[in-house]
Amino acid sequence: MGNIVELRQVRKSYGEGTPVVTEVLHGIDLAIAEGEFAALTGPSGSGKSTLLNIIGLLEHASSGQLRINGQDTAQLNDAAITALRGRSIGFIFQFHHLLPGFSALENVMMPAIIDSGWPSAQAQDKAMQLLTQVGLKDAAHKRPAQLSGGMQQRVAIARALSLSPRLILADEPTGNLDTHSADEVFELLQSINRERQSACLIVTHDARLAARCQRQVRMVDGQLLPGA
Amino acid sequence: MLRLPFALMVSLRYLREGRMQTVLILAGVTAGVAVIIFLTTLISQLQASIIDKTLGSQAHIVLKAAQALNRTTLPADQTAAIIQPRAQRLRAIDQWSAVAQLATQTPGVLAVSALLSGAGFATRADASQPIAMMGIDTQAYQRIVRMEKYLKAGRFEVSGANAVIGVELAKDLGVTVGDKIRLVTMDGRNDLFSIAGIFDIGNRDLNRRWVFISVKVAQTLLDLPGGITQIDLRVADLFAAEAIARPLQAQTGLQVESWMQSNAQLLSALNSQSISNNLIRAFVTVIVAVGIASVLVVSVVQKQKEIGILRAMGASPQRIMVVFLLQGGFYGLLGSALGSGLALGLLNFFSRITRNADGSVLVSPDLDIAVVLSACALALGVGLLAAALPARRAAQLDPVQAIRV
Repeated sequence: MGNIVELRQVRKSYGEGTPVVTEVLHGIDLAIAEGEFAALTGPSGSGKSTLLNIIGLLEHASSGQLRINGQDTAQLNDAAITALRGRSIGFIFQFHHLLPGFSALENVMMPAIIDSGWPSAQAQDKAMQLLTQVGLKDAAHKRPAQLSGGMQQRVAIARALSLSPRLILADEPTGNLDTHSADEVFELLQSINRERQSACLIVTHDARLAARCQRQVRMVDGQLLPGA
Repeated sequence: MLRLPFALMVSLRYLREGRMQTVLILAGVTAGVAVIIFLTTLISQLQASIIDKTLGSQAHIVLKAAQALNRTTLPADQTAAIIQPRAQRLRAIDQWSAVAQLATQTPGVLAVSALLSGAGFATRADASQPIAMMGIDTQAYQRIVRMEKYLKAGRFEVSGANAVIGVELAKDLGVTVGDKIRLVTMDGRNDLFSIAGIFDIGNRDLNRRWVFISVKVAQTLLDLPGGITQIDLRVADLFAAEAIARPLQAQTGLQVESWMQSNAQLLSALNSQSISNNLIRAFVTVIVAVGIASVLVVSVVQKQKEIGILRAMGASPQRIMVVFLLQGGFYGLLGSALGSGLALGLLNFFSRITRNADGSVLVSPDLDIAVVLSACALALGVGLLAAALPARRAAQLDPVQAIRV
């Protein structure tokens, strides 16, 4: 199987062009295979989120190469990057980041609506299926504020799956959930990974959960530890 | 679920979410549009009625023979001389039919009427009153001043020995339609006329002085055979009168006076009314624009995180911009619809509580569709323009920064 993500010598500095330049990523080489289920661990401030944002095309690397689906992202313009991000990558954030003014169903449909510009019956059916899969069929028409933290995160997972992305990036998805909800969310991600063969890269502080992943990538001070 | 395109769906949801803001700013736009429509309608109706009352009984442009000037034969310097201004005798316009033809052909002139006026007296029994004899052609003159509108009794008919006089003169002489009066000129020529009609032109002085007779009879009485002393014009665009008058003066060498000169005070009053109306409109427009912009600026700040999420999910900066532009457009459009309704209500109310001295309506509750449409277009444009700045800010947000906030 090929690699969905390939990073070669990726560096990231902040404050370029100012006297204080801080390099937070020092030449990262990393490949994630299709369908892989990997954990990205490391202490706070080690650059995990920055790496995730770069892989998720939310931030540009200062140098180095990033290939998604074999495509060199340096060759793409902003519009193509926005489209690639929308279609191939599903994001799950630590704070669910649902849109408060929309129902759970609408939140799940949103990536499809953005992609086609229009809410379709098809997108609605798909969103309903996804909500059923994450066990929230009955909460479809509730607003995020009416749901518990675990439920909100499950809606966010359903939303990340909306366009059947081949890569799911999760930034501490269980970070502010109790152990029970964290387990549920984690198991949900595992089952999605098994059923859909979507690669998952999960940033987590929870060693217990990281140990349950196929692979652990450890990061310290902007560098990957050998053996990753 | 209503299936709306992404940008429309999101912007309507944002409007619904910020209900209080939406209601307040809509109220502001509504009031602004209503003030603009109401004031414009009110002022244009009042102006139209003032113009109609003042200019209804006047020609828009009057051509008269040039003033006779003194010609000195003495050298102007070194010689002390007292030069008295010449008395202006009644003079006919030279080649008046050529002048009338030229006036008829001038663009913007609707009607031309030749008139012979001169001083005299109207007498009946022992009573006599000073009058201005107005020798006219009934049909041509009616195109300048709609005398039939002012007629109180009889007909506006001056052929043969018929005359039409004003109500005040009729009262002074104690005559009515069908009675006879004698018109006498300064040099003693006189003739007997029968009163065909009595008018009330809304001006006591004119009601006492104007006596209309046929131009042929007037030419005989005033001893100006074939002569005309004045040519009256009516123009299509009232405020172009002066612009039409000046070239005519240059072409004919006659004394040409437009209503804008003879009613300079009225003109400056109308102008200052228009200026104050425009000022009020400009201020209201600015206030509405600032209101919409400030609400949207706040909204962009409040929604920063959501904008970041939408961007992370693949929404392009352009789409985010459209979301906020649409909100501005919505404020403008709905506000102007509500504002038009409010203006109509205000006009209805106003027309009921205010009346002219004679009991006629001061303001009619009719909206000029052009005024309404232009106010709506203005509100829509202002809404979009006011939204442009916040929308640009929203579009330029960096998704990562926005989400971190």
